[in-house]
Amino acid sequence: MDLVIMFVLALLTVVSGSPTVTIRPEAQPNATQQMLKKAVIFGQQQTVAVGTEAPGDVMATGELNPSHYPAQRAAKVVQHYLNTRYGSPYRVFGLHKVHSGHAEDVAESGRKYLLKISVQEFLRETVKNCTAEVFFPKGEKQASPEVRASCDELLQIDSKAQDEALYQRYKMNQSLVSAEYLPDSHGNMDPDMKPFWHLGIVAASFVMLSESNEKTLYNTAQVAQVTQLETENDQLKFNYDILLHDMVSQEIMHWKVLFTWSPSEGVKVLQKEQLPRCHCGRLPNKN
Amino acid sequence: MWLYITYIDSKVTRYLRDVSINAANITQVYFQTATMLISVGLSLMLLLSDVEAATERAEYDYYKYHPMPEITSWMAQLAEDHPVVTLINYGQTYEKRPINLLKIGLDSEQRKKAVWMDCGIHAREWIAPAFCQYFINQILQTYKTDPTVNQMMKNLDFYVTPVLNVDGYVYSWKDNTTRLWRKNRSPGPPGCSCYGTDLNRNFDANWGTIGVSTNCCSITYGGTKALSEPEAQAVTNFLAKQKDDFLCFLTIHSYGQLLLVPYGHPNFTAPNYDELMKVGLAAADEIRKAHGMNYRVGSSPDILYPNSGSSRDWARLVGIPFTYTFELRDNGTFEFELPEAQIQPTCEEAYRGAMHIITYVHEKTFNGAVATAAAALWTLLLAAGATVTPSLM
Repeated sequence: MDLVIMFVLALLTVVSGSPTVTIRPEAQPNATQQMLKKAVIFGQQQTVAVGTEAPGDVMATGELNPSHYPAQRAAKVVQHYLNTRYGSPYRVFGLHKVHSGHAEDVAESGRKYLLKISVQEFLRETVKNCTAEVFFPKGEKQASPEVRASCDELLQIDSKAQDEALYQRYKMNQSLVSAEYLPDSHGNMDPDMKPFWHLGIVAASFVMLSESNEKTLYNTAQVAQVTQLETENDQLKFNYDILLHDMVSQEIMHWKVLFTWSPSEGVKVLQKEQLPRCHCGRLPNKN
Repeated sequence: MWLYITYIDSKVTRYLRDVSINAANITQVYFQTATMLISVGLSLMLLLSDVEAATERAEYDYYKYHPMPEITSWMAQLAEDHPVVTLINYGQTYEKRPINLLKIGLDSEQRKKAVWMDCGIHAREWIAPAFCQYFINQILQTYKTDPTVNQMMKNLDFYVTPVLNVDGYVYSWKDNTTRLWRKNRSPGPPGCSCYGTDLNRNFDANWGTIGVSTNCCSITYGGTKALSEPEAQAVTNFLAKQKDDFLCFLTIHSYGQLLLVPYGHPNFTAPNYDELMKVGLAAADEIRKAHGMNYRVGSSPDILYPNSGSSRDWARLVGIPFTYTFELRDNGTFEFELPEAQIQPTCEEAYRGAMHIITYVHEKTFNGAVATAAAALWTLLLAAGATVTPSLM
């Protein structure tokens, strides 16, 4: 009888592959770092706590899972910082990947993140590695995060000639540029307007950098309006209406940014102001 | 039609060859030429309109964003053209628009297992409805020739809703100021001057607990109570009747490049979390193979933010085993206004990811029977061996 069972089983095994009586499914042989890191983190995710703490108050400390939100949010802040320092109409950076992250509390003053990330330049799609430090200060009044970053040869991505050409073209005030909705609803825009969209992202990065904290993740949703003003002190001057999107709250925020730009000086923000939210589709007032 | 064109062409050629213009017959030549030209022109027009009619039926541009009326007529056309496609109306939005899905599958006498896919629960995420339309087209184009897809069509029914939040989608097409709308268009509760409930916070899954706002003007307002919204009710009413048939529930969003597994609440883990992660990570690998794009995989509280009342969580809670939220391109560059040039690559990679999950589920359900029997017999043998061995020792 045993022999018969074994024979049948052998046959079935041949037909269906190796027998697996699995209690827990095994990880794929090509399991990514994500699966490995999962075991290591001391994250919120391990706090299957009976909730005296509101979920979200216990922040990850120590080695961070690079694909989890704490490292991702801090890395996004580095992107904004890099764009304020190195961004121009022909050079804009996006966060490409978070490779590793580490977080620690700093006495009573805040939290510090140490990150290894890569960023990608929009126009050339070049990817550069960066090491960065992001400090989120604690306090009643929201203070901007402080960032230090060093990347491989970012400045080697040379946009000087193109920036200079754009600058010369629009310096003369013969026709001040103005545009709306970059990109448009379909994600498209006039190629001539693309540098102004880039410039908008750079200007927005100043706002996004100062507004960021551990509970936000900002991106530029759309440049609603571009108005070029008269050139001042050899700087091009602009008034931009920019829509920012915070991934965490999902809200769209409307900011007005007044700034100057030239290839040599970069973007300098003169004024920034958040506009109250449009309650679009307001019900008529009923008595 | 072509024969007629050839006839006209030969007539013209012969005419041009034979005509000889001289002072005497110039008027006659003029009129004859004019008549020639007119008949050529007319036949060309007839030919073109024929071709145009044929192409209108055949060529729907899957790489452009379509407004609601175009999507509606496209769905009706597909149901008419393909016997494997059935249009089902399963609800009505607040503004009284129909909520429709396409059921796609080969007829069977037995009750079939099913896969659910919905797109456009959030109005501004236009790439999602574009993907649902692409997905439908892909399976229709391949099921006759691709043996895997063919087998799936035999064993499964696909229920695909290209646009769930129809009112919101229509509103987002209205003008430039409405493009970034997210919620539906039901009015707020009495005393509130804002519109809309976030449909993906309105399902009966830990409703109102976390990642949701009680402020009716907030973009993540969860509604007055769970399932207060007709669009959410439509989904749950439809699925509740046949939830045991559903193997897979995929809800498509943008942006972020993520595959999210249940649950949105950090204190709860799905019973098959490990398997969901394994399959999700493999799906992300498949996505990467298409165009090199990285999609992160994990539960929402881990990789994005905690939330409650999502459709995916509800689906998992009622027992549908494989539930995922897809967050398609991009990573923040264009956000919701993903350029039309990116529709094709985004759809291609997402299709690979979705099909990986569906294929896994299909294999597990329909070809896993043999493996399960083998496993059962092995267990029996081991148990028998365990009882026999001590007596031998």
